[in-house]
Amino acid sequence: MTTNVPAVMSEATFALVLVSLLLAPLAIAGVALINAGLGRSRSAAQALLGNLAIVAVAAMAFALVGATLAGPMGGAGHVFQVSGKPWNWLGTGPFLLNGLAAAPAPTQLGLLFEFLAVAMAALIPWGSGADRLRLTAGCAVAAVLSAIVFPLLTHWVWAGGWLSQLGVNFSLGSGFVDPAGAGTIHVLGGLSALAVVWITGPRRGKFPQGGIATAMPGHNAVYILFGCLLALAGWLAFNVAGAVLWVRAPLSALPVTAINTLLSASGALAATFAVTRVRFGKPDASLCANGWLAGLVASSACAAVITPVEALIVGIVAGILTPLLVEVLELAVSIDDPSGAITVHAAGGLWGLVAAGIFAPQAGQLIAQLVGIAALLGLVLPLTYLLFWIVNRFVPFRVDTDGERIGMDLHELGGGAYPEFVIHRDDSYR
Amino acid sequence: MKFAGLLVMPAGFFLSIAALVLFPASNAVARGAFVLCGLAVEALGLVVAVRGHMEAQGKSSQ
Repeated sequence: MTTNVPAVMSEATFALVLVSLLLAPLAIAGVALINAGLGRSRSAAQALLGNLAIVAVAAMAFALVGATLAGPMGGAGHVFQVSGKPWNWLGTGPFLLNGLAAAPAPTQLGLLFEFLAVAMAALIPWGSGADRLRLTAGCAVAAVLSAIVFPLLTHWVWAGGWLSQLGVNFSLGSGFVDPAGAGTIHVLGGLSALAVVWITGPRRGKFPQGGIATAMPGHNAVYILFGCLLALAGWLAFNVAGAVLWVRAPLSALPVTAINTLLSASGALAATFAVTRVRFGKPDASLCANGWLAGLVASSACAAVITPVEALIVGIVAGILTPLLVEVLELAVSIDDPSGAITVHAAGGLWGLVAAGIFAPQAGQLIAQLVGIAALLGLVLPLTYLLFWIVNRFVPFRVDTDGERIGMDLHELGGGAYPEFVIHRDDSYR
Repeated sequence: MKFAGLLVMPAGFFLSIAALVLFPASNAVARGAFVLCGLAVEALGLVVAVRGHMEAQGKSSQ
């Protein structure tokens, strides 16, 4: 196994990866619907418009700057030497995608994968800032992620950077393995969500002084649960395409990858269903949706490299952790994360990365995965927080009090998503 | 306090990286333990940052 994109590719493989990537936006649509459904009704239009705007900004920022820093697949990069070992830390791609049409087909497919991945990563923090994060701030966050942070990670993991070379340089299995972006997309998105929540603060009335956290349930369970089904289709596409592109899985291995994806999500849903049933007496729909999504996120790291039974175990663990961590973050740590992105994407992705190391047959693979996790937590989170902190000085993240009171739809767009219905105001939560 | 915690986290990362350079591949146990120590330092930094967030939030809601 290697993490560089294959130099040549059969026509059948090319067609399969291309079709998979054309289906991958369903994952983005699913997450967008979940984000909108978990927010409040008075912010639904702003939430969905924000999803569209963020995808657009992410694609443009990645094309203008990010793709250059990420570098071509397996191409040259900026390298420094430590103890005689090369550390390839930054890509040297062509400026403004120059010469893309003449690039080999696998390189073009890899770039398409990265475009879809950056859109997904940039979308994740938007859900955590629901009901108080301004649209322009959401776009600024997306631009920073897509132009600076995501390309760095992409180069390290997928484009021949130092994490992908851990196996060659330090005899650590196959190097850091992350075929469908559990770390590059989801942990990055989840940690960015944490940074956004830290900077933006909680929704008004969420943590009343001297009281326990106020429950602010999502406004539309149908959006949330249908979003989960859409996400499954997109995740199957992401995992299959990622398996071919980044770990050179043969075509014969792809059905197992798809089955593993489904099993991981299924195990996670069953576990979350059981945990919430035991804790609350009845299963919780939005937490079950979070569990399903956490299973999918965990599968992104390991669906291509584990067996079906292992995938089921990965999903069950993710499904048990998700509702417990959501509760801990809200009640013990006072973090207001309406979409649960920190739990689902950051924690789910980290667990998937660890699982890929635990179940890998190669010696040293677990250490490689842990070094990748160390990079995500130790470099990416502080860098992301610092960048967002600077952006917040110029483009304030949080809407003013009046905007939060009347809702983001009326404040930012001048009209609501459901003009014929009565909308809840803050008074409802007193 | 939040910034202090976030500053500790890169130190944990460099500890993990140091493990790869300091220990040969044959000494996998020491390597793994050193990497875990780096992750523990990162976790410590995260806890400090979270505590900082909670303190700041407590002050702002008063």
